[in-house]
Amino acid sequence: MIVRILGEGQYDVSDEALTRLNELDSTVESSVEAGNVEAFTSALTALLEGVRTVGVPHPADSLDESDLILPPPDATLDEVRRMLADDGLIPG
Amino acid sequence: MSLMKRISLIFRSKANKAIDRAEDPRETLDYSYQRQLDLLSKVRRGVADVATSRKRVELQVNQLEQQASKLQGQAEKAISMGREDLAREALTRRSALSGQITDLKAQHAQLQGEEEKLTLAQQRLQAKVESFRTRKETIKATYTAAEAQTRINEAMSGIGEEMGDVGLAIQRAEDKTANMQARAGAIDELIASGALDDASSINRGDDISRELEAMSSQSEVENELARLRASASPQAIEAADDSDAILRAESEKKTTEGGN
Repeated sequence: MIVRILGEGQYDVSDEALTRLNELDSTVESSVEAGNVEAFTSALTALLEGVRTVGVPHPADSLDESDLILPPPDATLDEVRRMLADDGLIPG
Repeated sequence: MSLMKRISLIFRSKANKAIDRAEDPRETLDYSYQRQLDLLSKVRRGVADVATSRKRVELQVNQLEQQASKLQGQAEKAISMGREDLAREALTRRSALSGQITDLKAQHAQLQGEEEKLTLAQQRLQAKVESFRTRKETIKATYTAAEAQTRINEAMSGIGEEMGDVGLAIQRAEDKTANMQARAGAIDELIASGALDDASSINRGDDISRELEAMSSQSEVENELARLRASASPQAIEAADDSDAILRAESEKKTTEGGN
C-alpha cells in the first residue's frame, strides 16, 4: 500500500500496519466532524507519525499512484475541511 | 468512508482532470512532459523567492540586534553616570525592539522550514520528471495502441498526483510568504523612516545619546581639569582620577601654601 503525505512524499506501508493507521484515521475524521481543533492537530500528528514510523519511503523516481493521500503536517482543520469539500484547495 | 480515502479520491480526480489529453496518446505524453518542466521551474522560482524573503528577514534581525545592543550600551553608560531616567528610556526602547526581534526570528524559522520543504519537493518532482521522460521515450518507441495506452495511463496518473502535490506545496508556501513579506515590508519602511533607529542612529544622534555625550564631554572636561590641577601638585598624580583625592590634594596644597 502506498500512502502519500502531501508536501512530504510517498511511503510504502504494509497491510498489517494499516489497521492501526485506520484507527488513527478515524480519530482525525471524528475531530474534523466535531470541529475540535486541538483534537484534530494531535490526531493528525499521530496519524502522520504513524505512517512515517511503519512506512518506508517509496522510491522518488517511481511513477506509482498512491492508494491513500494524507493532508500535510501543518494543515489546519479548515484546510482539511476545504480539501474534503473539494472547493479548490487542491490545485488543478 | 475514511478521511484518507476521501482525500485520496478527491485529490486523484482533480489531478486526472488537470491532465491535458491529446488525440494521439503520444502527444499527451509530450504535453504532460512540458507541463512538468514548467512546474519544475515554478518550484525553483518558489525556492528562490522564499530564500530571498528569508535573507531579508535575516538582514532585518541583524539591523535590529545592532540597534538593541547600542541601546543596551547607552543604558549602561547612563547608569554609570547616575542618570537612571535616561537608562530607563534606553531600556524601554530596547525592549520594544526585542519584541520585534523575537517576532522576526519566528518568521525566519518558518521561512527556513518552507524553503526546506520546497527544496525537497523540487528534488522529488525532478526525480519523477526524469523517470517520466525515460518512460515516455520507451512508450513512444514501442508504440502499439492498446498496450501503450495502459502504460501511458499509469505514467500519467503517477506524475499527475505528484504535480498536484507540488502545486499545492507551492501554493501554500506562496500564501505563507506573502503574509510575511507584507510584515517584512512594514519593518523595512520603519527602518527606512528612522522610527526604529531614532534612538540609536549614529549620524543624527538621538536625545539619549546627545544627553550622554553632553554629560560625558562635561565630565571629560572636569577630569582633565582635575588632572591638570593634580599635576600641579606632584604628590597627587597617582590619584588624579579620584575626585576625593583631588580635593584632598587641593586642601593639602592650601595647607602647604598656608604654612609658607
